[in-house]
Amino acid sequence: MTAVEQVSEVPAPRARVPRLRRVLESPVFATKQSLAGLIILVLFVLVALIGPLFIHGDVREKVGPVFAPPSSKFWLGTDGGGADMVKLLVMGARVSLLVGFAAAAVSALIGGVIGLLSGFVGGKTDIVLMRITDYVLVIPDIPLMIVVAALFGRSLTNIILIIGVIYWTSTARLLRAQTKSIRERVYVQRARALGASNTRLMLRHVLPQLTPLLIANTVLLIAYAIFAETFITFLGLGDPSVVSWGRLIENAFTDDAILNNAWWAIVPPGVCVTIVVLACTMMGQALEDSFNPRLRSGHLSVRRFRLRPVPPPREVE
Amino acid sequence: MSGLLEVEDLHVWFDLPHQRELHVVQGVSFGVDRGERLGLVGESGCGKTTTILALMGLLPPTASVAGRVMLDGEDVLTRGERSLAPRRWKDVSMVFQGAMNAFNPVRRVGEQLVEPMELHGIAGGQMAERRAGELLERVGIPAARARSYPHEFSGGMRQRAAIAMALACNPKLLLADEPTTALDVMVQAQILELLIALANDLGLALILVTHDLPVVAQTCTAAAVMYAGEIVETGPMDALYHGPKHPYTRLLFAATPDLESRDVVVSIPGAPPRLDEAIAGCPFRPRCDRAISRCGVERPRLLQVGHDHEAACHVAERATEPLASGGAGLAGEA
Amino acid sequence: MSGNGSGPLLEVEDLVVRYPVKRGLAGAAAGQQRRYVHAVSGVSFTVSRGEMVALVGESGCGKTTTAQAVLRLVRPESGSVRFDGIDVIGLEPKELRRLRRRMQIIYQDPYESLDPRFRVEATVAEALIVHREGTRTERRRRIEQALELAGLTPPELYLDRYPHELSGGQRQRVAIAASLALGPDLLVADEPVSMLDVSVRAGILTILDELRDRGLAVLMITHDLSTAARFADRICVMYLGRIVEEGPAVQVIEDARHPYTKALLSVVPRRDPRRRVEPQILRGETPNPIDVPPGCRFHPRCPVAVPDCRTIDPELRASAGAAAEGHRAACILADS
Repeated sequence: MTAVEQVSEVPAPRARVPRLRRVLESPVFATKQSLAGLIILVLFVLVALIGPLFIHGDVREKVGPVFAPPSSKFWLGTDGGGADMVKLLVMGARVSLLVGFAAAAVSALIGGVIGLLSGFVGGKTDIVLMRITDYVLVIPDIPLMIVVAALFGRSLTNIILIIGVIYWTSTARLLRAQTKSIRERVYVQRARALGASNTRLMLRHVLPQLTPLLIANTVLLIAYAIFAETFITFLGLGDPSVVSWGRLIENAFTDDAILNNAWWAIVPPGVCVTIVVLACTMMGQALEDSFNPRLRSGHLSVRRFRLRPVPPPREVE
Repeated sequence: MSGLLEVEDLHVWFDLPHQRELHVVQGVSFGVDRGERLGLVGESGCGKTTTILALMGLLPPTASVAGRVMLDGEDVLTRGERSLAPRRWKDVSMVFQGAMNAFNPVRRVGEQLVEPMELHGIAGGQMAERRAGELLERVGIPAARARSYPHEFSGGMRQRAAIAMALACNPKLLLADEPTTALDVMVQAQILELLIALANDLGLALILVTHDLPVVAQTCTAAAVMYAGEIVETGPMDALYHGPKHPYTRLLFAATPDLESRDVVVSIPGAPPRLDEAIAGCPFRPRCDRAISRCGVERPRLLQVGHDHEAACHVAERATEPLASGGAGLAGEA
Repeated sequence: MSGNGSGPLLEVEDLVVRYPVKRGLAGAAAGQQRRYVHAVSGVSFTVSRGEMVALVGESGCGKTTTAQAVLRLVRPESGSVRFDGIDVIGLEPKELRRLRRRMQIIYQDPYESLDPRFRVEATVAEALIVHREGTRTERRRRIEQALELAGLTPPELYLDRYPHELSGGQRQRVAIAASLALGPDLLVADEPVSMLDVSVRAGILTILDELRDRGLAVLMITHDLSTAARFADRICVMYLGRIVEEGPAVQVIEDARHPYTKALLSVVPRRDPRRRVEPQILRGETPNPIDVPPGCRFHPRCPVAVPDCRTIDPELRASAGAAAEGHRAACILADS
């Protein structure tokens, strides 16, 4: 080795940033918007998880007069069957959120696998998978849902599957593009030159780079899925045995809530859906902005630097 | 000493999250006169690019600046955009790093040369087109090529065109930031030859920013070596190589392989200091092979060590014979 | 799969690599001749154990493609690559994988060649894991050894770091350690220091230097003649897909025979401002590897070309009066 140096040849790496600090710097907290979205979502999830523990018996039981207005006993009144709106909303939250998350997960899985394979393997596989994606994209979702519901029955599982199978295309496209770009990176080439198999390359090198984008995309998918469930159920294709926000809206219509001026039977579930969808969107957008390299904006030099007085000359000992 | 450009005690800070600052340029002073070619040399992070961006006022909003930048005797910094904007491109212009890739791909080269002329009211219409052709000829490209698109030019030609664009409004001072870094050595030679010719023929003052010492050695008349945001040594090229007074200068030369030298090429151990923390004493001390106790306490100032030759080093004041270690061959090369 | 013990480790002979230029339907229908990018047009050289050979040239000369062909990362059109006597090009995939353990590559960009999600230990271990070498403890030991060879001591300090916590020089050392983990016989270094600060370059190059002393063969790709002059044992100067001059580094630098080499040497800037070499600046730029000039590839830009150069494509041969053996140039005027 060259002459012994009194300073180590290679400087020691810097101290680690503590984990908590790193978590706090994660993009989900970057904007007030996304933070608000996260908080709202967490609140709803908590309500959906914990709320039902306090509710005993069948929520749809008649416990008060039909379409009773909000009062101290029933904070949001009662629905067309005399059931407590608040309890209905809480139970509904559970189902709606469940369908939302589950369907988004199904979409993410399908879209992720297709995008990754397509982008990585390329060639004929890519062409075939992308054709399939195009076909699915073109299929009109509502008619398909109606057909599937009619053919296979209206269970919750089917709803989740239908939504999942319709909405994976955007994920697939996004991940395919990202995969293609990651595949060309030097460290992937290096691992390949080392002898790593395609599977290893995909799972260990490419997939971890895709995860942030996948997460961001999935959060947005949750928003779509919840809305889709609401819509499907509202059309009467939902699972009749469960209560979801969509069902509440559907019930309100079939029970002529509007005629009865019972706004509390229609508006609250709609508002809930809207708020959750909004929360997911805010969070998802912020995440996507920070993860998608193309969306990063460069320096637009505004040329408005600030002037300061010259610091005093350093002390001469 | 009033030359074309005088920089006095220039400081630049960049805002960092959590109320911190990066002190990127720490009290830099130098000057250039017409026809002079000054090299601003240093490694990544030393502040050289930020320094010249400050000269043109092209700093982002997260920057704050102190000090004086005198162009032809007028302080352009303190009055901000009002004094900088009229001078930009007309008195001082710049060839940016990667300028060869900064052309608009859908417009012809000639049009892009005409643009600054029209913007600054130098020339317009036919006259501007003719001038564009002349500028291209001056940088060694046939005038007829003004009708080509950037992708039809090779890398070297695009770099020349970028230089032509910088000359569009007849500046007195040209700042070149790593103009040859991405180019092959033969093309590099062409570009450097061009820059020298321009300085000589047009009386242009040139500041060449680069990390490549041999390029500066062959192109510039004098150089300022930067480290950790400040100039640690400045003087004529000859003095810097044959009689460096600052250990960093000496070690940097010693770390640069040379075609004709059999010297052992040695790295400089360690790494530059962080610029977001205050530095006690000399910023180079942890890596220096000549440090004394004073170096850890008192920050050295740029002091005269020879004719037109300054160095910021406590040990330099003592050295009268060539410093012998590491790059020993400097004083007596084959 | 054992090779011969004596003789050069790597033998490249008449290597040709070319890529077709897309013609499109219209072109094909019009009967246009298929054109090629002649990246490498007949390159021959050897690298022995304990030797560092530098492939030097400007962009487009084919040096990187040559290195990729040696590692069989691109498919050559013709020619042979023999590693320890084994024909690399004709190998079955499974055997190629085994051979790949003995040839490793270091890339130019230290900021891109490490997976940002892998800690240093995982990066260096990858080679061992992929080839199923050793147990966990054995691997750990080999990883630490590799890190030490690369100058990262004490290795424990670096094992669980992420690349973004390291400087460029440190990252390149990690890349070197990763390539050393399997104990290769040949290291291909593609511009190993061009993206690093000057003050850290020598450290990296010294590692390669010392590895060579331990018997490793190193093929270094670089555009920097000064680095090649100082560190390589032999230099091969490439131009437009061919080697135009090769020989011991000192010879090629001090007694260049090919006009291109001479011109190149004259324009490399020296450290010493007093050393003003009269630069032979060639006009224009390197022609496109699609349209290779007839005769000697260099003749359109050659300052001393004679009419014969337009028709004769010179062979690489030893020139009269060349001081050392193995110093060859591809120029009909090389003897003068």
